[in-house]
Amino acid sequence: MAMMMPPRMNPSDSASGPKQHQSWSPYDNNGGTCVAIAGSDYCVLAADTRMSTGFSILTRDYSKIFQISDQCALASSGFQADIRALQKNLDARHQTYQHQHNKQMSCPAMAQLLSNTLYYKRFFPYYAFNVLGGLDDQGKGCVYSYDAVGSYERVGYAAQGSGMQLIIPVLDNQLKSASPLVLPKRESATPLSESEAVDLVKDTFASAAERDIYTGDGVEIIVINAQGVQKHYMELKKD
Amino acid sequence: MFRNQYDTDVTTWSPAGRLHQVEYAMEAVKQGSAAIGLRSKTHVVLATVNKASSELLSHQKKLFKIDNHIGIAMAGLTADGRVLSRYMRSECINHNFVYESPLPVGRLVVQVADKAQVCTQRSWKRPYGVGLLVAGTDETGPHLYQNCPSGNYFEYQAFAIGSRSQAAKTYLERKYETFMGCTKDELIRHALYAVKESLQEEELTSSNCGLALVGIDEKFEILDPKKLQAYIDSMEDATKEEAAPTEEQPPHVAAGALLTRESSGGVEVPADGDGPSPMET
Repeated sequence: MAMMMPPRMNPSDSASGPKQHQSWSPYDNNGGTCVAIAGSDYCVLAADTRMSTGFSILTRDYSKIFQISDQCALASSGFQADIRALQKNLDARHQTYQHQHNKQMSCPAMAQLLSNTLYYKRFFPYYAFNVLGGLDDQGKGCVYSYDAVGSYERVGYAAQGSGMQLIIPVLDNQLKSASPLVLPKRESATPLSESEAVDLVKDTFASAAERDIYTGDGVEIIVINAQGVQKHYMELKKD
Repeated sequence: MFRNQYDTDVTTWSPAGRLHQVEYAMEAVKQGSAAIGLRSKTHVVLATVNKASSELLSHQKKLFKIDNHIGIAMAGLTADGRVLSRYMRSECINHNFVYESPLPVGRLVVQVADKAQVCTQRSWKRPYGVGLLVAGTDETGPHLYQNCPSGNYFEYQAFAIGSRSQAAKTYLERKYETFMGCTKDELIRHALYAVKESLQEEELTSSNCGLALVGIDEKFEILDPKKLQAYIDSMEDATKEEAAPTEEQPPHVAAGALLTRESSGGVEVPADGDGPSPMET
């Protein structure tokens, strides 16, 4: 169910008092956090498995990660109904691409497609905060971070969702060289090893789950590398 | 005898109750190089004869993947076939998007047939000049269908279309009772033997034929030349008795004579003039 709007404060009404007006919203925020880290020959994508609405939990076991191709996966937080529609849309477009070109889409190509798909609905956006991760044409890890209408940038690591403000400072600190804030700008990948990156991701989620009420229950981690896709799972606090 | 007066428009009936333009379109299918299909309880195999008109020319693509569970082989105007396969792919993707399940083969075949029928009833269109063999699996198992330019569709155990398809059909008619119980490899070998019949005196190699298969738990796959050559090589190791009857045929027999000789098993020999037209059942 879409969230009920809280009563709005209208500045021009200061004399007559605030107007109370409930209204229906087509959007809802199902919470959750997504993280991705790009390595020299791997990419780690992670998302918690909690789905909420308002102050309630809908389920403790929902996957926010979608594998679009062998080399590319999408982690999204926000309104899961919109996200599911977006995933299906991208999947259909990817199938058509495969029929026409006899090969799968590369991650950078998918990144552009996602941006265009999001901007297509510029005036009724997908309420989706996306992180796309995978291997680029050279086999190096790549991570792309998006806003709701398709503005995107290739980065060394990214986080989106309710816990992003808690996680990003930690990643900035731990992955110094890969930070997008460091000048000169380069799409560097972290020199960390795959297992170090996975451990870092687990730590960040454990910390985020402490303070963010919408992050918890479990974290699903996938690693994309030359050997394929491996999945990990770690329990998180249920409160 | 009245063909020439009533064959200009697809929307003109002949006095014999036939649409000659549609029959001409089916003739285009018969002129294309052969496509063969056969099925067992678990798999469907499609095989094509890839004839290049000159050595400099690469072979035309006649096998197309439509979805993970459906593929086609075509004979005739392959350009028309490409357009139809684009439509079929689009329909499968849309169905999957809405229902999150694969489009049943029979439904897709009917949609293609209805699309082909439209072209037989519009004065500004022409019928598609391509015949399709549609191979796919769904909840009810593996299926093989044929789509005609006329808008008709038929389900088959085994069939062949295109030029010199009668030779392949004869082989299939001899062997089809065993197909249901065949393993995947046996089915592929039968398909290759059928292709061999259509090639007649030419040697079967991975460069003059194509093969694809789909199965209940197997995605549609067009075999790459290496795998195909391995199957062709394994044919020679298998029993030689299949090859014997074909060697007895005189090498340069005319196509017409071949047809009449095998007419006991043959179907769809179009008579010029009266008689049931190929479109009618």
